[in-house]
Amino acid sequence: MTYLLRRLITFPLVMLGVSVLVFVAIRLVPGDSITAMLGTEAGLLTPEQKQALAAYFGLDHSWPVQYGRWLLGVLSADLGLSVTYGKPVLDVILERFPLTLQLACLSMLIAIGIGLPLGVFAATRKERGSDLAVRIFAMIGQSTPSFVIGLMIIYVLSAGFGVLPAMGQFIPFSEDPLGNLGQLILPSLTLGLSFTASVTRISRSAMLDVLSDDYVRTARSKGATRRRVIWRHALPNALIPVVTLSGVEFGYLLGGAVLVEQIFALPGLGRMVLDAILQRDYALVQGSVLFVALNFMIVNLLVDLAYVMLDPRIRLGGRS
Amino acid sequence: MNRFLTRLLDHSSGRIGGVIVLAYILIALAAQAGLTPYDPLQQFRIERLQGPSLAHWMGTDMFGRDVLSRLMIGIGQSFLVAFSSVGIAALAGTLLGLTAAWFGHLWDGLVMRLMDVLLAFPAILLALLFIAVVGPGTFTSILAIAFVYTPIFTRVVRGPALSLKARDFVDAARTFGSSTSYILSRHLMLNLVAPLTVQVTLALAWSLLTESGLSFLGLGTQPPASSLGLMLSDSVNLMEMAPWLLVFPGLAIMIGILGFNLLGDALRDILDPRSRRALA
Amino acid sequence: MNRLLSVRGLKVGFGRGNAAKTVVHGVDFDLEPGETLAIVGESGSGKSVTALSINRLIDDGGGRILGGRMEFTTARGEVIDLACATDRRMETIRGSEIGMIFQEPMTSLNPVIPIGRQIEEAFRLQRGLGRAAARLETLNALERVRIPDAERRLGYYPHQLSGGMLQRVMIAMALAANPRLLIADEPTTALDVSVQAQIMALLAELRRETGTGMIFITHDMGLVAGIADRVLVMIAGRVVEQGRLDDIFDRPRHPYTQHLLQAVPHFSHGRKVRRHMSPAGREMARPALKVEGLTVRFPATAGLLRRPVGAIHAVEGIGFDVMPGETLAVVGESGSGKSTTARALLGLVKPSSGTFSVMSAEGLARRKPMQMVFQNPYASLNPRLDVEGLLAEPVLAGGVRPDASTRQRMVALLERVGLPADSLRRFPHEFSGGQRQRLCIARALMVDPSVLVLDEAVSALDVSVQARVLDLLIDLQNELKLAYLFVSHDMAVVERIAHRIAVLYAGRIVEIGRADAVLSNPRHDYTRRLIAAVPTTERRRDVFRLETAAVPSLLRPRGYEPPEAVWQVCGEDHQVLVERAAAAKEIR
Repeated sequence: MTYLLRRLITFPLVMLGVSVLVFVAIRLVPGDSITAMLGTEAGLLTPEQKQALAAYFGLDHSWPVQYGRWLLGVLSADLGLSVTYGKPVLDVILERFPLTLQLACLSMLIAIGIGLPLGVFAATRKERGSDLAVRIFAMIGQSTPSFVIGLMIIYVLSAGFGVLPAMGQFIPFSEDPLGNLGQLILPSLTLGLSFTASVTRISRSAMLDVLSDDYVRTARSKGATRRRVIWRHALPNALIPVVTLSGVEFGYLLGGAVLVEQIFALPGLGRMVLDAILQRDYALVQGSVLFVALNFMIVNLLVDLAYVMLDPRIRLGGRS
Repeated sequence: MNRFLTRLLDHSSGRIGGVIVLAYILIALAAQAGLTPYDPLQQFRIERLQGPSLAHWMGTDMFGRDVLSRLMIGIGQSFLVAFSSVGIAALAGTLLGLTAAWFGHLWDGLVMRLMDVLLAFPAILLALLFIAVVGPGTFTSILAIAFVYTPIFTRVVRGPALSLKARDFVDAARTFGSSTSYILSRHLMLNLVAPLTVQVTLALAWSLLTESGLSFLGLGTQPPASSLGLMLSDSVNLMEMAPWLLVFPGLAIMIGILGFNLLGDALRDILDPRSRRALA
Repeated sequence: MNRLLSVRGLKVGFGRGNAAKTVVHGVDFDLEPGETLAIVGESGSGKSVTALSINRLIDDGGGRILGGRMEFTTARGEVIDLACATDRRMETIRGSEIGMIFQEPMTSLNPVIPIGRQIEEAFRLQRGLGRAAARLETLNALERVRIPDAERRLGYYPHQLSGGMLQRVMIAMALAANPRLLIADEPTTALDVSVQAQIMALLAELRRETGTGMIFITHDMGLVAGIADRVLVMIAGRVVEQGRLDDIFDRPRHPYTQHLLQAVPHFSHGRKVRRHMSPAGREMARPALKVEGLTVRFPATAGLLRRPVGAIHAVEGIGFDVMPGETLAVVGESGSGKSTTARALLGLVKPSSGTFSVMSAEGLARRKPMQMVFQNPYASLNPRLDVEGLLAEPVLAGGVRPDASTRQRMVALLERVGLPADSLRRFPHEFSGGQRQRLCIARALMVDPSVLVLDEAVSALDVSVQARVLDLLIDLQNELKLAYLFVSHDMAVVERIAHRIAVLYAGRIVEIGRADAVLSNPRHDYTRRLIAAVPTTERRRDVFRLETAAVPSLLRPRGYEPPEAVWQVCGEDHQVLVERAAAAKEIR
């Protein structure tokens, strides 16, 4: 339990570090802060207007003061205004976030649903034909960038079947479940393939490791069947690295969503960040990067929780 | 060294991966030396969007440029970014990880908390933030990828360095009164070469992937220079008309990454068999 | 009644095709019901492979039975040839007819499943019991192996229990279905000597209670003497001698068996100790190493904020001196502070207080007069350096550039420790364990030390190799007048090399003196218990007593200072610590 508490305590500290990094990064943008905040529009302003704006935004204070004010704002859910959308940054983010989150979660579901059984299966047939096939699939899956797969899927669909996946407007699951899944299934597959491949590889090698452990031999010496040993004794131990990987990969999913959303023209968070960068809408960049980092950290905390559940050595500490 | 090569060649994925990586390096070097079939920027106006033919093995693009020549240049570009970014990250990460493990205490805490902060960002997002600040371009993507990969190398070095530090031969060295620099270089670094080689190879695969992703988004290498990601993003609107614009660069990226992944796997089996679990 | 097991011409190999290798070449033996057979051999002799072949777990490890028969009589009187039984058939035999316990109790239990459920599984699989019934049986089983507070321990995970407790759990599990045969593969090798004695006592007692036949795999003739009815000796996958315990021990015929019984150290209560100088002579001489009041404490913290709650008193006020050419053995069990003492002297841990001084024979402190040899020869040599690089390190560390004379010294030392002269270009992995330890000794001697600290220096070696390395150490000591601080848990080895012995318990020396006096006439209660636990070849079919005293905690509250030690002199150069009632009470 101490382990988890310790993690909970470092959480706000790391978050503070993240906020400093994001704040400083945006201040480092060449040009003055008004340009940084307003983007290209700032070029149209007169020096007087700029000064007035600077005073309005508190930019005439020193960096630490500015940071303090900004952080206070962040804590009261005020991430500033987006210049391109003319709306509060948080509103823009919350509008786009459900799609990206669902995309990431679906991909994760696919990856674990396919990867874990496949990896376990391959491990139990080590060095046989089926093992080799799984390994080749995993190798290729891991080596293919998601946008290449996405483009191939779209090409095959449009050239082969003359259909295009539903693009543009996001269909929320609550409004039209089938339409929602129809819209997201291909992007999720695209995004999840390399993750599936790495889950497969990790579960296979973790399983192989665990199967050579002493306690597996002990279980066999009790008369347990191979099946029982695999599912009851080996799998709970092999899950530990799989869970660790899943936490890390979830970050890749949130980030990788940029590319997939771009290809499938989905109005998600990733594409929004990309647009914000290209539009130099820095308040939006700052806000959304912070937002995604927070989400990623929460997921990692959940992973730690799962870790603690799976491994009594962490849960209970040393000998009592 | 010979023994190592023999074992690598005995390893089937090492053989395949090695051949792919070697071939790509030769292509990249040839492209840099100007040994492409055509000038990659030369526009054959009348031969726009032609399919693969004897004259243009991989066809031409919408400006009538030779796809094969651009592909070769693109591979060179991708390799430049991949090798320099991983080189920087490996150097910085090794330095940080090694000193953090050895000196411990405050320095270790400082370094590792900083890395925690960097690792709190999804990788691509961190690269995007970096690019947002510095502006897109080849050099930026090198730095961005190096920036993202440094914390990973720091961790990869620190873990084994900590366990090496606790090994008896390091204790023995301390009883002789060996200097810190001697222990760090001969006892720690010499034993870290193997896991580092493995990690560098796998990082190269990831770096290629990220570079192509960034330039696909228009944030990496800028036109008219060529890169694999850029070629793919050009193909998006033309894929039905000219699928070769999609297929060849797509395969080129895939096979390149596959090569490094295969090689990295083989190296791990040969150099560092015990790390499989740790890296899981 | 039928024979329990009859093995004829058993051949076992690993791998297929060109890579195939036979490791057991035709083993024959018989086992009657209730009888105990000890299989003795060193690592690589094929003894464990033979054991794993009997319940066919060897199949899971990539091995294959290449030939022979293993006729086993089940409880119902059926005779089965285990060598060609199907996997399905074997699954009904394992656990119910043949139980097994392994060498490493720490890794042999599943770390994520509570021990209670792991034992329950044995009952459910083999006796088809339901959950509640299995739980009840599990409780009985834990009590049967003398685990105190069994009900609470059911929910413990393996990492919460000590090695000795875990081995009892393993035994409870193996005996769950009252198998007719128990295979014990080096079950006590990973344990402390007093825990070993407890496990041996338990096995002997359970064997009497249940009438289980047993195959006991070991390298230790002392243990064999205590438990076996018959003995089988193996070398390189072949049986070289087998017979009744007394026949083998009193009239060994094969030279290897003779070697095992005579050359290998066996404990004999101080009758084989080395003689050095008279106590009077000692008083005159000048010590090579003098230690006074050495204390090592590690701060202990608790809770989230890592609040200091006290200190682990790992080593508490230790003092002794070692003369040139003399060996002081520091004995004790894990946690006694013996390794910490060694490490503190070499500067690997910082002593909290105390002084020590090192003198060379000439009375001048030369450069690096103290060197250390570590327990594990596989871990103490950097695998990426060749022998020349390894041997050069202490010289380099002394600030001297290796030159032609350094090289000459390397070659001379290699030859002296019995390694080929062409070793300089070779790497550690090209050497065997014993050779590596010789290499470590040569490395330590490179800078011509006057004191050598040997931390369990022969413990990781096979018994016959152990004897040879000990002989080398004794020769070197006589030649070079080296002072040895010999840290060990193995009383038999200590008896071979020590002139004097210091017994460590819970961080303090409880008894110190001439080796023969301490070993033949132990005065401290702990020393007596320790010596009683040592297996010897003389005590045949001995009944070990069950002992449940726990090791005291070394954690002391903040600011705690132990009372001044009071010594009682009980003979010429033989002192024992007086345990005061108050001090004894505090040790819970």
